[in-house]
Amino acid sequence: MPKIKSLDDLRRIREEAQQDLRVRLETGTRIIVGMGTCGIAAGARDVMRAILEELDRRKIDAHVETVGCIGMCSCEPLVDIEQAGHARVTYRNIKPDMVPRLIEEHLINGRVVEEWVVGRLPAS
Amino acid sequence: MRELALHILDVLENAVEAGATRITLTIEEDSSCDRFTFTVRDNGRGMPPELAARVLDPFVTTRQTRHVGLGLPLLAAAAERAGGGVQVRSEPGRGTEVSATFRLRHWDRAPLGDLPGTLLALILGKEGVHLTYLHRVDGREFRLDTAELRQALGEVPLTHPSVRRWLQEYLQEGIAGLERPVE
Repeated sequence: MPKIKSLDDLRRIREEAQQDLRVRLETGTRIIVGMGTCGIAAGARDVMRAILEELDRRKIDAHVETVGCIGMCSCEPLVDIEQAGHARVTYRNIKPDMVPRLIEEHLINGRVVEEWVVGRLPAS
Repeated sequence: MRELALHILDVLENAVEAGATRITLTIEEDSSCDRFTFTVRDNGRGMPPELAARVLDPFVTTRQTRHVGLGLPLLAAAAERAGGGVQVRSEPGRGTEVSATFRLRHWDRAPLGDLPGTLLALILGKEGVHLTYLHRVDGREFRLDTAELRQALGEVPLTHPSVRRWLQEYLQEGIAGLERPVE
């Protein structure tokens, strides 16, 4: 049986992470996944996992969070991307295999994937 | 829903929507009694008795907008299909407890599924919520308390990529360890 990870690992991570914490706190990217009953039933949890894996793979710093149903159940899973100074863009019917393109186009190339967009909120 | 872990995520999200800051998830698998139970207890707003008595009916919801209210009825149907049921206890201002029971070996019981993914979705998606997770399988136990993790991490958030990876492996190893045969 492999040795289970322990809280000691976390203390080591804490020491290492403190060095880049300031950079992280200044990162202005939020990714929001709809996690109401409709979103969960449509596969939002697996989309969130795919987003986390893609961010890790590409070493992108972004804050990923969840929200409840916003009333567009047929468009679930919904994923919003918000970056400082840019409009908040809502993408519809996102599946895990669409996530690499979404991250690459929106976060790396700075191009909105227009064919998947269902709405925008102006930058605040 | 195809996994019990998705029903669990739905009940956990309900607790968050009810304003809970502390949630306890307990899962008990007892093969000698042929029983699988999960219970979600929260310190959210709670519900008056007349509403708590109706939450298993489809389309009953406390939301003022976007009336849907299908999560708990779907869970109740899944539990009843597998020889069990759902109980809801709630007290206004104190919180709510949702408990779902299934026959463990029932043909129609959905698999538990990706429980680490479910727990990560809650822990990472709702940073302000404290989760205590307790999982017992035939007397063996695995436990995680995000308050303890936060204490160990200090100012480093649970969402930090290194912590995220640690959490994912910790949950996968811990839950898989419960399912391994005793040596």
